[in-house]
Amino acid sequence: MRVEVQEAPFDVGAVTSEFTSGAKGAGAIVTFTGVVREADAGAMTVMEIEHYPAMTQKALEQIATQAIERWSLADALVIHRFGRLSPGDQIMMVATASRHRKDAFEAAEFLMDYLKSRAPFWKKEILNDGSADWVAAKDGDEKALERW
Amino acid sequence: MDVLYFAWVRERIGLPREKVETSANTVMELVEELKSREERYAAAFADISALRVALDQELSEFDAPLEGVREVAFFPPMTGG
Repeated sequence: MRVEVQEAPFDVGAVTSEFTSGAKGAGAIVTFTGVVREADAGAMTVMEIEHYPAMTQKALEQIATQAIERWSLADALVIHRFGRLSPGDQIMMVATASRHRKDAFEAAEFLMDYLKSRAPFWKKEILNDGSADWVAAKDGDEKALERW
Repeated sequence: MDVLYFAWVRERIGLPREKVETSANTVMELVEELKSREERYAAAFADISALRVALDQELSEFDAPLEGVREVAFFPPMTGG
């Protein structure tokens, strides 16, 4: 298991290669990368991600451990950034490795659903006109956990 | 104990963390104590259904006891991913 909380960007290709070569016995690798969206008419200039350092690593490790146990994964990886990001920047990625693809896909979705509403990150959008808004959690984010 | 605030809760109260001397038995009692201090606390805690709480870095509930707890954190629903 690898869990990284970092300000620096990451190289999806290099991370995926390393993860794949380390996942012995796996027949399926699924990766997901989250990217800062371009807002309508380029309204957003910066996304600031705040987190709770003492809790973040622990929360992510708990979520990843649950995924590994439930889907008998060969390995799981979570990288999540914080700090100032621009549209097009990578925010986070997850990777899962299992014998068959169904487990790897499901576990990756589980990780994403839990990261959305159980990992202590908060996003703030700063617009061209200088105004700033905290991104609100969606009702659907909490509902998404019910299927697990 | 240490009390931490994140995101708009931090902005509304105007500080990221503080030491609080309290005899509150539960999170809710602590919230009531803080609310009675100053308007900025009352504003931040006006609607606790819009807030989440963590005790010693574990997500918890507002009716949870505070005995033995060293760090309480208040924040809006998380928006990771």
